Amino acid sequence: MNATLPFAQTETPINYLNADYGWKSWLFATDHKRIALLYLFSITAFFFVGGAFAVAMRINLLTPEGIFSHDTYNKLFTMHGIIMVFFFLVPSIPATLGNFLVPMMIGARDLAFPRINLLSWYIYIVGGIFTLTAVFQGGVDTGWTFYAPFSSSYSNTHVILAALGIFVSGFSSILTGLNFIVTIHKMRAPGMTWNRLPLFIWGHYATSLIQVLGTPVIAITMVLLGLERVLHAGIFDPTLGGDPILFQHLFWFYSHPAVYIMILPGMAVISEIVACFSRKAIFGYGFVAYSSIAIAVFSFIVWGHHLFVSGQSMYASMVFSFFSFLVAIPSAIKVFNWTATMYKGSISYETPMLYAFGFMGLFTIGGLTGLFLATMAIDVHVTDTYFVIAHFHYVMVGGMVMAYMGGIHFWFPKISGRLYPEGWAKFAALLVFAGFNLTFFPQFILGYQGMPRRYAHYPPEFQVLNVMSTAGASILALGYLIPMIYLAWAWRYGPKSPQNPWNAKGLEWEQSPTPPPTFNFEHQPVVTEPAYNYSGEEQEVKLG
Amino acid sequence: MSHQVVPVKVYAAIFGALLALTATTVAVSKLELGEYNFIVAMTIAVIKGTLVVMFFMDVRRASSMTKLFIGAGFFWLAILLVFLLSDYLSRGWLLNIHWL
Amino acid sequence: MADSEAILAPQEPELRHHFDDSAQQLEASTLGMWVFLVTEVMFFGGMFGAYIVYRNMYPEAFASTSHFMNVTIGAINTGVLIFSSFTMVLAVRSAQLRQKKALIAFLILTLILGCVFLSLKYVEYHEKWVDHHIPGPGFQYADPRYFHQAQILFYLYFAMTGMHAIHMIVGAGLLITLIVMAARNRFSSGWYTPVEMIGLYWHFVDIVWIFLFPLLYLIGHTQ
Repeated sequence: MNATLPFAQTETPINYLNADYGWKSWLFATDHKRIALLYLFSITAFFFVGGAFAVAMRINLLTPEGIFSHDTYNKLFTMHGIIMVFFFLVPSIPATLGNFLVPMMIGARDLAFPRINLLSWYIYIVGGIFTLTAVFQGGVDTGWTFYAPFSSSYSNTHVILAALGIFVSGFSSILTGLNFIVTIHKMRAPGMTWNRLPLFIWGHYATSLIQVLGTPVIAITMVLLGLERVLHAGIFDPTLGGDPILFQHLFWFYSHPAVYIMILPGMAVISEIVACFSRKAIFGYGFVAYSSIAIAVFSFIVWGHHLFVSGQSMYASMVFSFFSFLVAIPSAIKVFNWTATMYKGSISYETPMLYAFGFMGLFTIGGLTGLFLATMAIDVHVTDTYFVIAHFHYVMVGGMVMAYMGGIHFWFPKISGRLYPEGWAKFAALLVFAGFNLTFFPQFILGYQGMPRRYAHYPPEFQVLNVMSTAGASILALGYLIPMIYLAWAWRYGPKSPQNPWNAKGLEWEQSPTPPPTFNFEHQPVVTEPAYNYSGEEQEVKLG
Repeated sequence: MSHQVVPVKVYAAIFGALLALTATTVAVSKLELGEYNFIVAMTIAVIKGTLVVMFFMDVRRASSMTKLFIGAGFFWLAILLVFLLSDYLSRGWLLNIHWL
Repeated sequence: MADSEAILAPQEPELRHHFDDSAQQLEASTLGMWVFLVTEVMFFGGMFGAYIVYRNMYPEAFASTSHFMNVTIGAINTGVLIFSSFTMVLAVRSAQLRQKKALIAFLILTLILGCVFLSLKYVEYHEKWVDHHIPGPGFQYADPRYFHQAQILFYLYFAMTGMHAIHMIVGAGLLITLIVMAARNRFSSGWYTPVEMIGLYWHFVDIVWIFLFPLLYLIGHTQ
């Protein structure tokens, strides 16, 4: 290959990366693939900012006395939460992989509204600037949940600026969701019926529904909070006749479904990876597809399980608890069906599949401990302890970030046209898995023993488990840094990828060159078979 | 699109109906009807909203997809309001445990 | 229907590259607009939720505050907005029939009615300012029993009508854009999707007001 390199370079076909050069061609790009890359780079930056706060927190918790003051620590966990939730997790897979792949997977030339897609990236950046300004001005100390009346009346930090950042970036999320919904409804290629859609599309459709229906409520909640902070009219202040629990209701009406904005795209990625590396069609396609929609619907009627100890009516708590248990059903359907897909498949252990294995195990632990927390009696015991922290990090980091890493590796050849070094990638995947468990499993025990979250100091008997957790966090950080390095290297120096390096199914692999041209396909793709037709390969040969 | 242009008199009739309903709701609010004041006012508002959606926004002739999305919008609004009230309306209830 | 005419299919110059045909483009725009309006329903829904919670919590205080709402201006404004919806729908109709002059006339009329609404709203806000009914440090209320509760209602009043007014201002800006586009013959080919979409937005804002008016101005008159 090296000998032919000069020729290869001159004969590189025009694709979306080399079609145009210069910063204008990127900052004014309407091509969904270029916007996906804009998102990829900005989200990665936010991930490392949020991660830096996490590292500072873990260092503080290495000793019972800590090294930071209480005020500083409050700001650390608040900024970690705000940046990771609103600027990394919510946009992560939809805005990068989703943006890149949704049009390609359904055989469209672009999203329905390319300029709105670009606008959503600018809105995201503006929201991010507001929030980062709040950080550099001294931070916010309310926790990412902004609970009133502390946030509305008492906190002396830059709450309004951070709330404004969340308000603004919410519209970026809404516009992405709106674009996906319209694209999936109206832009499918001939023959791409709903029952032939890849499960990646179903997952993103369900995600978009939540983004469109939930995000406006957090936007207006942040407006009410900001106004209250200016006026002190008492809408969330019990000393003035207001009800702080109303804030919690409105906040969680979005923020609980937002958890599914984060995890559904992860599940969408895992469905693709599991099918490809088991060389089998997904077991029970319909169940996996409709369970995404079911999760999206159920996600809106469970928010009250965050309010069990808030003074919410216990009858309402019972209803919310019941529906919280019901969400376990569609989630479990997915895990069972992935497992059944692997059964008797010819499984190979490339990096994306390693991340998928990690996802399935860790998401199951995260999901099952969620059932503990949905049980009112247990929740009262472990509310605001490290048990809760460990639970949602198993879902968000163990689930979502694993899926994100798996997806990035799976589609890296498609995006960059290069292959990444498999050995390094496998090593990093194992580091992430080991580091993650060492970080967060001790936190289950800590929480069960009663260590509360959001405290800078702790009694000495908790030190051993905290040291384990901090040690795990260092391994985890290394596990995230290594892929940064080798992926950046491979983008420039990696060997050129063939069109379909995984021999995977799907329009984006089979009918589009790698890397894809600006309009994705050289000819209008036509779909003639269901998704994941891995066993149908012989049949096609016969027909040919 | 094979839609026909709607005659002006249809729009004018809807406009007239909306004005009449506005006058009615103001008039009824002056009466002493107890809790029915609220019910009448909301019923009239729903009727007015429906007229605007059906005729001015032309949902009457829209695709079933459009209707589905509008229905979903109001369904989710109902989820928000109903579950919100499920807390506030039952908050005063105390445990009645004589039977235990 | 004798006096109706079919809407003719537009010529193709407005077709964007990634759509197959103008029918697909129109369907995408329509669905996108409706999805956006659904997000608007939820946006106002959060405030309606807060309103219902507090009205349910403090019914007497809310009845008391409604005496300080200017029902006359509220009713006139309702009529003005309904009238503007009527002219908007006639503007869309003119665009369908490719009547440029009528289209521009109706758009300008809609814009004027929108401005009338906002001016009356300003008069109302000014009254509240004079009466010290703006929530915050300067708030005063005649009945000391209901001071805090009334302040919450006025907070919601300003949040809800203020958000509505911001939507009206955005709508006015969009109307000006449409008028300029119409004057430049952008809709002469029978392509009028922007007129239709902004029409939908304008009607939606009208509907929000149709619910705000009884909830804020009329509900308390029960004694």
